[in-house]
Amino acid sequence: MNVRLYIWQRATAALMLPLVLGHLAVIFYATRQNLTAADILGRTHDSMLWAAYYGLFVAAASIHASIGVRNVLAEWSPLTDRLAGFAAIALGLLLAALGFHAVVALVLT
Amino acid sequence: MPGQIAELSVSLWRGGKDGNYRSYAVPRRESQTVLDVVTYVQRHLDATLSYRFACRVGVCGSCAMTVNGRPRWTCRTHVEKVAGDGRLEIGPLENLPIIKDLATDMAEFFRKWQKAKGVFAPSQTRHDPIAKIRPDTPARTAADAAIECINCGVCYAGCDTVRWNSDYLGPAALTRAWTLVNDERDAGNPSRMTAISASGGCHACHSHQSCQELCPQTLNPTAAIAGLKRRTTAAYLRGEIKS
Repeated sequence: MNVRLYIWQRATAALMLPLVLGHLAVIFYATRQNLTAADILGRTHDSMLWAAYYGLFVAAASIHASIGVRNVLAEWSPLTDRLAGFAAIALGLLLAALGFHAVVALVLT
Repeated sequence: MPGQIAELSVSLWRGGKDGNYRSYAVPRRESQTVLDVVTYVQRHLDATLSYRFACRVGVCGSCAMTVNGRPRWTCRTHVEKVAGDGRLEIGPLENLPIIKDLATDMAEFFRKWQKAKGVFAPSQTRHDPIAKIRPDTPARTAADAAIECINCGVCYAGCDTVRWNSDYLGPAALTRAWTLVNDERDAGNPSRMTAISASGGCHACHSHQSCQELCPQTLNPTAAIAGLKRRTTAAYLRGEIKS
């Protein structure tokens, strides 16, 4: 890991800390209020605020996880640094695609 | 020494990387060090045993070995401290190629010191007046905290990151870099900061703190590396180094 990847990983971790706490609060609220999936989707539909919140979460998680996995692959697998980098980018893109797909479904459904 | 074991059961690594442990019986003596045990084997039981030592008083850093699974300086490790049951297993340092028996090739260890720009880069010549350095400034205090490294390789041998990442510069080289980063007489920081920010530099450290736990000089390489991470991060954000 070099200084650039280090900063990206630490910055996305710092960004995710309040987002995770907010996400947990939403989960507790939804379960205590006995909200159904339809209730939740009714509240998130067309909401740019929820789209921005979870969009930011998906972006931070994709970057953070892919840098971490790159490190694991470089240290623990026979892959070269370069191949570990490619694998990490592919993972990051996959996570981002899945995450943004879910966000789109959340606000457009 | 009341109740002391009369004879130690000692296993020593013999051969290269495909070697094995061989057993020896060594008389137990008062105030005996692990280096004394190895020396006894070489002088009295098997003259072909290879190992490395010089000063015998914890200054030169030559005699580090793996003692009962843990890297230690053998000249200042008393048998009493590590072999209460009378058993000693002594091998070469890990994370370094074995030359023969207990002697490892430390060339890569010292190459990494060079790679981390661990060499003092003078900012003045011998014709300039001697620099006046206040001992109580924060920078000098940080430099002094790490300056007593004896290059024994114990931290390097005990480091998980070195084991997993052969490019990692290691705790000793980075601690040396931290000393120089804080030395106001040194002029080598631009290239040093770039070297320690690259892949395999200070940001590869996982902060497992084995180096801090194992250092025979009770230095804290983990703190030095954390200092380098802070310093290089700030320098990168200011655009002073590229990665």
